[in-house]
Amino acid sequence: MADLFTILAVSAGAVLFLAGTLGLLRFPDTLTRLHALTKVDNLGLGLVVLGLLPQLGWLAAAKMLAVWLLVQLSGAVVTQILARSVRGEGES
Amino acid sequence: MMETGFDVVLALMLLGVGGWSIIARNMMTAVIIFIAYGLLLSLAWVRLHAVDVSLTEAAIGSGATGLLMVIAAHKVAGDSQRVVRLSRGFHVLAAVFATLVAIGIASLAFVLPGAPVSLAAPVLERLPESGLGNPVAGVLFVYRSFDTLLEKVVLLLALIGVWALARDQDWGGVPGLRLFQHPHSVLMLLARTLPPIGFVFAIYMTWAGADVPGGAFQGGTVLAAMWILVMVAGVRRVPRVSSPLLRLAIVAGPLVFLAIGFLGFVAPGVFLAYPDGLAKPLIVVMEVALTLSIAVILGLLIAGPPRAKDSA
Repeated sequence: MADLFTILAVSAGAVLFLAGTLGLLRFPDTLTRLHALTKVDNLGLGLVVLGLLPQLGWLAAAKMLAVWLLVQLSGAVVTQILARSVRGEGES
Repeated sequence: MMETGFDVVLALMLLGVGGWSIIARNMMTAVIIFIAYGLLLSLAWVRLHAVDVSLTEAAIGSGATGLLMVIAAHKVAGDSQRVVRLSRGFHVLAAVFATLVAIGIASLAFVLPGAPVSLAAPVLERLPESGLGNPVAGVLFVYRSFDTLLEKVVLLLALIGVWALARDQDWGGVPGLRLFQHPHSVLMLLARTLPPIGFVFAIYMTWAGADVPGGAFQGGTVLAAMWILVMVAGVRRVPRVSSPLLRLAIVAGPLVFLAIGFLGFVAPGVFLAYPDGLAKPLIVVMEVALTLSIAVILGLLIAGPPRAKDSA
């Protein structure tokens, strides 16, 4: 049951990674590309972590969650800065 | 089977990305591909069970070096007068020499005389005497401490090299790091929330380096990253290079290392040897001093040479 959950969640995460990469390559401008990438950070990595949780002890699980949260934080900030610099709202 | 497949794909990606970074026409593109290459390389080190090397590759090879090259590429691109267009012949010559070096190194690897003597077993056998659990830390601080000492001095020389680029009238001023100061910026949020976490993580990495992968270099790089973030966001100012406290932090690591090295003359009678039973505490003292120095030196390497404009 736990294994099935892991397979489903990690696969769904991988699909989001693939979709995000496709978006990065195929979308026309920086803002839409950023939009595609945020899904990878957020949901893609989130689903992979979520899927791996039942396979881990509580300490390793806490570490995985911390990794996901830190990626959330840095991803959100970097996306904001990139988007603002594209729109020419200072910051650089 | 699954793992072999992964390794083959990884090796092919390394070759492909490496080649791509060479043929990329735009300098900034080449640098960004090089950073991706470094991250792939650190994955390869994990596959070879060399986690210490992998951490260093990701932190120094990809992160710190990558950032230095991004800054360099940006500076060159912004200063088009100083871009030197090289002739085609020069490119060909460079390619020929680079290929010869690569072939030379590769052929050396194939003609190694017989099976190399592995010292792994004797090292592991006597490792517990040092009080360390991580064989990499054992080799760095017990068997090859002289090399480790010189490695830190090289880092110091690199910083002197960067500082030597300053013009005479700028000497003693503030490094010309490009800042992104903005009181309500999201970077400010990151620079205020991330450092406490990074600080704890850096200390953990340095401390855990005695028994598991980690150590002064990895911990120092995390500290340096936090310091750069704080400086770039403008939470704290970039210090003048003439600051005595800053200089003390730069030389603290090598100084403590040398002092403990000379202490070896007093107790066991040999340079860089540790007195009986004191190996572990002395190594920890050295690691702490080195972490501080590595963090400050890396931060200053990225901050660049002093520039007069902002020093007022």
